Amino acid sequence: MSDTPNPLPGHNMPHEDYLNATYGIRSWLLTTDHKRIALLYLGSVTFFFFIGGIFATMIRIHLLTPTGALVTPETYNKLFTMHGVAMIFFFLIPSIPAVLGNFLIPLMIGAKDLAFPKINLLSWYIYIVGGCFVLYSFGTGGLDTGWTFYTPLSSVYSNSAVTPAVIGIFINGFSSILTGLNFIVTIHTMRAPGMTWFRLPLFVWAHYATSLVMVLGTPVVAITLLLAGLERMFHLGFFNPALGGDPILFQHLFWFYSHPAVYIMVLPAMGVVSEIIPTFARRPIFGYSFIAGSSIAIAVIGFLVWAHHMFVTGESAYAALTFSFLSYLVAIPSAVKVFNWTSTLYKGSISWDTPMLYALGFIGLFVIGGLTGLFLACLGLDIHIHDTYFVVAHFHYIMVGGAVMGYVGGLHFWWPKITGRLYPEALSRAAAITLFVGFNLTFFPQFILGYLGMPRRYHTYPPEFQVLNVLSTAGASILALGYLLPMAYLTWSMRYGKVAGQNPWPATGLEWKTDSPPPTENFQATPEVTWEPYDYLNRPDLGLTAGSPLPAPAHGDD
Amino acid sequence: MQSQLPLYPEQASNFAPQVDSLMLFITAICVFFATAITVAIVYFFFKFHRKNPNDVGAPIHGDARLEAAWLIIPLILAMGMFSWGAVVYVDYRHAPKDTLDVYVIGKQWMWKAQQPNGLKEINELHVPAGRNVRLILASEDVIHDFFVPAFRVKMDVVPGHYNTMWFRPTKPGRYHFFCSQYCGTNHAIMGGWVTVMEPSDYAAWLSGSSGGNANPVVAGEKLFAEKTCITCHIADGTGRAPSLNGLYGAQVLLADGSTVTADESYIRESILQPNAKIVARYQPLMPTFQGQLTEEQILALIAYIKSLQSQPVPAKGSGIAPPTGKK
Repeated sequence: MSDTPNPLPGHNMPHEDYLNATYGIRSWLLTTDHKRIALLYLGSVTFFFFIGGIFATMIRIHLLTPTGALVTPETYNKLFTMHGVAMIFFFLIPSIPAVLGNFLIPLMIGAKDLAFPKINLLSWYIYIVGGCFVLYSFGTGGLDTGWTFYTPLSSVYSNSAVTPAVIGIFINGFSSILTGLNFIVTIHTMRAPGMTWFRLPLFVWAHYATSLVMVLGTPVVAITLLLAGLERMFHLGFFNPALGGDPILFQHLFWFYSHPAVYIMVLPAMGVVSEIIPTFARRPIFGYSFIAGSSIAIAVIGFLVWAHHMFVTGESAYAALTFSFLSYLVAIPSAVKVFNWTSTLYKGSISWDTPMLYALGFIGLFVIGGLTGLFLACLGLDIHIHDTYFVVAHFHYIMVGGAVMGYVGGLHFWWPKITGRLYPEALSRAAAITLFVGFNLTFFPQFILGYLGMPRRYHTYPPEFQVLNVLSTAGASILALGYLLPMAYLTWSMRYGKVAGQNPWPATGLEWKTDSPPPTENFQATPEVTWEPYDYLNRPDLGLTAGSPLPAPAHGDD
Repeated sequence: MQSQLPLYPEQASNFAPQVDSLMLFITAICVFFATAITVAIVYFFFKFHRKNPNDVGAPIHGDARLEAAWLIIPLILAMGMFSWGAVVYVDYRHAPKDTLDVYVIGKQWMWKAQQPNGLKEINELHVPAGRNVRLILASEDVIHDFFVPAFRVKMDVVPGHYNTMWFRPTKPGRYHFFCSQYCGTNHAIMGGWVTVMEPSDYAAWLSGSSGGNANPVVAGEKLFAEKTCITCHIADGTGRAPSLNGLYGAQVLLADGSTVTADESYIRESILQPNAKIVARYQPLMPTFQGQLTEEQILALIAYIKSLQSQPVPAKGSGIAPPTGKK
């Protein structure tokens, strides 16, 4: 890799694009361009990922010894709480929708922007205001309730800065609702001529399903946390039994959103994987309508499983049986997706480019995360493993192994579109493998820890659990390297990467039929879609069919 | 002694073998699927690696029979897991009749247990092997959770109402118990040891260290008079409130015509929220004792009321539902 921009033959950066159309801080802070707003989100979610990551690092160092190596119990409790709040509400939930979804949905459906560009900017400001409240909470006493804010601990007994945190999360909820609303309206009304529902990229289907969950679920968690805040500030008895409230009611309301929230995190990642796999296998996706339909099925059934978080609260046996049954049902559409992705590899023309490594890594980790969900949905088994490290391992496999692998993979896939430049291929492949190995070494031992009976949220633990904790911390240090590498080389590539051209892979989506980076208005003329999704055979414009000129692939496989 | 790196905790209760079998069953299915998918991906990854930069893959769009197969087969297996899990769960939730009842109170950040004879323990619990033990769990403050990995049992301890759990210890020894629901600063040290003893040792231990004045029935009887319960709940049924003789475990007929089992939760609720369930033919006169009794005092009152179980029930002046059907 040379140190200077080195355009491939035939590839030059476009003369004018969304990045250099206007200059100055005002042009960014007052922009209504969905692509610039996506980059604002990229910066802010990366900031929260960094904060959450620092907390995670301290947690893993602390757990090296049974008595705790680093901090006091109070501080430890704040670390895991703030890790969860920063990662879930301010990184995972907005990451793929607000960064990649924002950037790509208009491009993928052939629109100039989202339906409500100003509301889109408003969403980002709401996110920032909510984030400031939460940072204020972190900075002034911290937060020690657990990200789940269970009452009456959060509403009565905690001495930490709960009030600003719940206000921040309440405010941030509106950002999520407005983004979801914007996506739904955009997908319904702004598709280009010929872009029928069943020609939509599966990324768009996944975001449609995600948006439904955002719009329908987020108000519930916002109100619930507000009620907990009101109980704390004004001693109104909603959840505190001493005031006539019911602490279990809080859990029902909280999980009514927070279980579907898992699908807000993982559905968009599934959308990313559904784009990457056909592109790098160069063949139509297997079972398009089943993958699209399973996204909707997950969104709908996902709303009906919340009380599986409450199997040991003493809820009625009939409720437990019902929710266990429904939890098994929601596993089926996820399984359908995995089988279809795997089948898409069959007789493909598979390249070993970085996005593909992330997508396959996603499948591997998501399979483990999803299958271990079957252990937790099982009533007779959940009693033993509930609230242990088994759960911690399970949801990290879904939310980090799944959602974050999808997000980082998606960043690599669309990076040439976003920045117009490519990243160093060998280094990025090494980073993808480092992430995969580090992740498994960090979290797999935690399944065993959980079955052995180590409860979660423990700052100190019996000595027999030490070996597995040390393994986990060792893995975390590899994992951290796996995250820092892409941060470094992606930043580097923005200036020094090879110029990518319109369609380096080449991929079939509409977003690849405009310049990289795209112009502010996305397309020079409104495109018309005449092809089926992921169809490589009937696309002479991709330059792959016999007799057409070589497409000058971005990275060959040597 | 287990190996240095065990994969499962010791099996020391009736539930442990059941749960471990269930674990093996689900693990076997999941390992099969995870292996099959991994092998397929790795095989395809190398087998169909792009040879030529311009190659495209085969135009295969799907297969309805395959889709049907991988909808139905996982569904059947999932229903198998659900059913087996449900069977084990029903066992967890249905305590046998003849249990040894121990009260356990959680508070930030300690556990207090009270044996049937009133003996109190802190962060310790002694139980006899081979006997069905039922724990009645109450919290003084936030939600806690009583978790014994070696027994594979766990139940939240929720302020404002009682949860119960049962198990039959099978193997004498000392086993960790933990608080498994995050409860604040010292959550991680809110634990202790369950000691499972041979029944004869347990009996000796109980009598050897019992303090007579700590007997909860005696304490409850005293409270029953102090809190003036006794002025209305007269034993012979002539008071303004029903006699409590024979109440515990019986069906109570309510004003709305329904019946309720007089268990610990019902008695607790009737003390703290007397108007929640009104006994048929009685007026809602009783004041609430919310905030006037500690959890331990409530448990003492319940112990006293339970001790009246064998007392004669007056023909009139009881809340107990008349037997239904012909006898």
